[in-house]
Amino acid sequence: MSLPHLRRLEAEAIHVIREVVATFSNPVVLYSIGKDSSVLLHLAMKAFYPAKPPFPFLHVDTKWKFREMIEFRDRMARELGFDLLVHVNQDGVEQGIGPFTHGSNVHTHVMKTMGLRQALEKYGFDAALAGARRDEEKSRAKERIFSIRSAQHGWDPQRQRPEMWKTYNTRVGQGETMRVFPLSNWTEFDIWQYILREEIPIVPLYFAARRPVVKREGMLIMVDDDRMPIQPEEEVTEQLVRFRTLGCYPLTGAVESDAVTVPEILREMLTVRTSERQSRLIDTDEVGAMEKKKREGYF
Amino acid sequence: MSYVQSIPPHDIEAHLAEHDNKSILRFITCGSVDDGKSTLIGRLLYDAKLVFEDQLANLGRVGSPGTANGKEIDLALLLDGLEAEREQGITIDVAYRYFATSKRKFIVADTPGHEEYTRNMVTGASTADLAIILIDSRQGILQQTRRHSYIASLLGIRHVVLAVNKIDLVDYQQQVYEEIVADYMAFAKELGFASIRPIPISARDGDNVISASTNTPWYRGAALLEYLETVELEPTDEARPFRFPVQMVMRPNADFRGYAGQISCGRISVGDPVAVAKTGQRTSVKAIVTFDGELATAEEGEAVTLVLSDEVDASRGNMLVAPGARPFVADQFQAHVIWFDANPMMPGRSYILRTETDSVSATVTTLKHQVNINSFIREAAKSLQMNEVGVCNISTQAPIAFDAYKDNRATGNFIIVDRVTNATVGAGLIDFPLRRADNVHWHALEVNKSARSAMKNQLPAVLWFTGLSGSGKSTIANELDRILHAQGKHTYLLDGDNVRHGLNRDLGFTEEDRVENIRRVAEVAKLMADAGLIVLVSFISPFRDERRMARELMAEGEFIEIFVDTPLDECARRDPKGLYEKALAGKIANFTGVSSPYEAPENPELHIRTVGHEPTDLALAIEEFLDRRMEDK
Repeated sequence: MSLPHLRRLEAEAIHVIREVVATFSNPVVLYSIGKDSSVLLHLAMKAFYPAKPPFPFLHVDTKWKFREMIEFRDRMARELGFDLLVHVNQDGVEQGIGPFTHGSNVHTHVMKTMGLRQALEKYGFDAALAGARRDEEKSRAKERIFSIRSAQHGWDPQRQRPEMWKTYNTRVGQGETMRVFPLSNWTEFDIWQYILREEIPIVPLYFAARRPVVKREGMLIMVDDDRMPIQPEEEVTEQLVRFRTLGCYPLTGAVESDAVTVPEILREMLTVRTSERQSRLIDTDEVGAMEKKKREGYF
Repeated sequence: MSYVQSIPPHDIEAHLAEHDNKSILRFITCGSVDDGKSTLIGRLLYDAKLVFEDQLANLGRVGSPGTANGKEIDLALLLDGLEAEREQGITIDVAYRYFATSKRKFIVADTPGHEEYTRNMVTGASTADLAIILIDSRQGILQQTRRHSYIASLLGIRHVVLAVNKIDLVDYQQQVYEEIVADYMAFAKELGFASIRPIPISARDGDNVISASTNTPWYRGAALLEYLETVELEPTDEARPFRFPVQMVMRPNADFRGYAGQISCGRISVGDPVAVAKTGQRTSVKAIVTFDGELATAEEGEAVTLVLSDEVDASRGNMLVAPGARPFVADQFQAHVIWFDANPMMPGRSYILRTETDSVSATVTTLKHQVNINSFIREAAKSLQMNEVGVCNISTQAPIAFDAYKDNRATGNFIIVDRVTNATVGAGLIDFPLRRADNVHWHALEVNKSARSAMKNQLPAVLWFTGLSGSGKSTIANELDRILHAQGKHTYLLDGDNVRHGLNRDLGFTEEDRVENIRRVAEVAKLMADAGLIVLVSFISPFRDERRMARELMAEGEFIEIFVDTPLDECARRDPKGLYEKALAGKIANFTGVSSPYEAPENPELHIRTVGHEPTDLALAIEEFLDRRMEDK
């Protein structure tokens, strides 16, 4: 009898995480506080047991995350005792970059992509683990588990290394870094099933609750703080909503739902007709958006 | 995408348990460009209602140059996610898709057809159980059909679906289909697949994709999806011997020492005996540690940490194995190699060979033959070009532990990494160890190197002079030789021109021959150093790889790289042999510095600039370096 599906995915991810520690001198986990990051964090705790994960967790804060995400992040770091680094692009803050004033593209580029590049250089990390999955988006479906970035942090899809069996080429040249995606072969459904089975804590925003939202460009945007400008024709209403994916609050749409437990979320997913990234504005702000962002160093 | 189902179950937990225990089929699609691979997967997902609405809507937004005003959805665009792919209308890289039906889970790797991207096809094939090989009904069997079938078979794929596609474009003619199937069966006989299932298909229109088509009444078999759901896979063979490549040693504190890794085959229980592959040491398993508690038994595929009863010497790259059925441990073996890089594979060049957890220096000692992918006939070859497959003898600097690839895909594979670019330039499948590696051990002579050099009152050394033609290598080497000889040292000077008149007179100036030229000289220098001599080697030796190979042949500290650094225009001005004049006139091919590159040393032991200095002074500077080295000893 071969291993059941989730245990196989779990073993593969643990193997990949250990491989990073065995072959890189200064790895880091990019912790974005979402459900995939939570699963990755849990797997990292498993991979080195009885020791703690021998690397820090880095959050690149854009200053526009949901408040509940930041609270959750700090609570997790406290309870699990992992080494949390928070980096903010101060240049961007000084220039007053934000999604409302500069649009999703500029905001994401400056606060996320540039912020990430700054942090990697500041600490000299040579490998960055992250929770990206191939089923999220078409260009992610093409990415390797070990994916090399140039000294300028660029991703060149045509320079990807062939990746056969479990024999990974982890060598990087001067200034180059590696992005590593241990959850590559997981689907959104696998993630939720694993969260259920392992009782992994997640940000409460994933569960349905009455929240103040505005309908904008076909999406339900939550009013998370008073920085959000409300247009005269717009109306803030309380609706029963939850989030399938979490990013910057002005760029992440909520979905109407009454799922308040993980099994209910799983049940809802069996009938859902849209993909999780439908509610991410940054994927669709232009054709090939994700690939372009990744070439510049976004995840 | 895997979870779209029409009726949500009442008992979600029971549904999940069932979901988790479904068997999983990993398959690839392959075949030539434009045979419709991406369209077929797109059609499969679309007809099985496994595509989300926003993703479909997105196809409309993207549009497609090839379809009539966007009326007809181009299903290939569901998979071709890179801009270059959309521009060129081809698949460049593997796309992985995940889906499930009520019967089975699937991971499909949609792999490229274009020959240039064979490496990406191999990426998908290395972990697949089944290959769908597409053939365009109008074209029949093409070179890429053969190449992909051969690689699929080589990589251990057991089952093939022969998808005879675009059957609508040949008016659903049974005869066309039958002829293609007969052609394929005839050549695939040699490839030893466990099963080959032909199906006539139109990926564009959906004939025989998820349900039987009325357009092909003469076809009685299952539609593609039904076949994929029911094809029998070989169960995990529990009788295979235990293999546990050690990934890392966990030592969080003085009381705990565990070996982390993923079980590549077999099973292990607490109390079972194990052996360390490379040393043969035996011990037993004291505990199987996981975050979720200690286990009594663990099996193939599990990532665990093993605690052993005794302190043994097993670090990353070693293997814990069943004592009664051990893997091979050897530094020479035969393997099939698939080459990916634009720079050809050169016998004699030094590469990094990486297994799942081990990494060693390696060279191909012999390229026995390459395989012609049209005829599967073995052909003589001096080097392997991109996308070629060859059978090689490989020598590693230290022994590695392995099984034959046919017995174990995980412990029988390796990749080849270029030392300079770090690119993955080849993939290897080990056939068997070479017996002579086991039986012929280096003869430990009574009178050894230290005895010989002590008698001469000197430290053996290989002084490797590298630099452009005319830089002054031989002049300085000659001068140094004279000085050392006068001091009573035992030396020998190996000069490029002289060696080419004797030992290497069969070699020309192609890249392969230049690699071999250096390899032989380095071996001779090694023997001379072993005899206790100070060897002066004066060779242009333009490539870092070869100089590194020479360095690795010698004992630690014995190789002294001397970069004789003279600017090209100065060398051309000196032109002691009149070669630059000829080369610049285009009369000499592959002339270093003119029509062939020179890779300057990055960290030479000695960097000598000749402009403005006398050869004697430079030779004395090297002599001082040797003196200091002798004193340091």
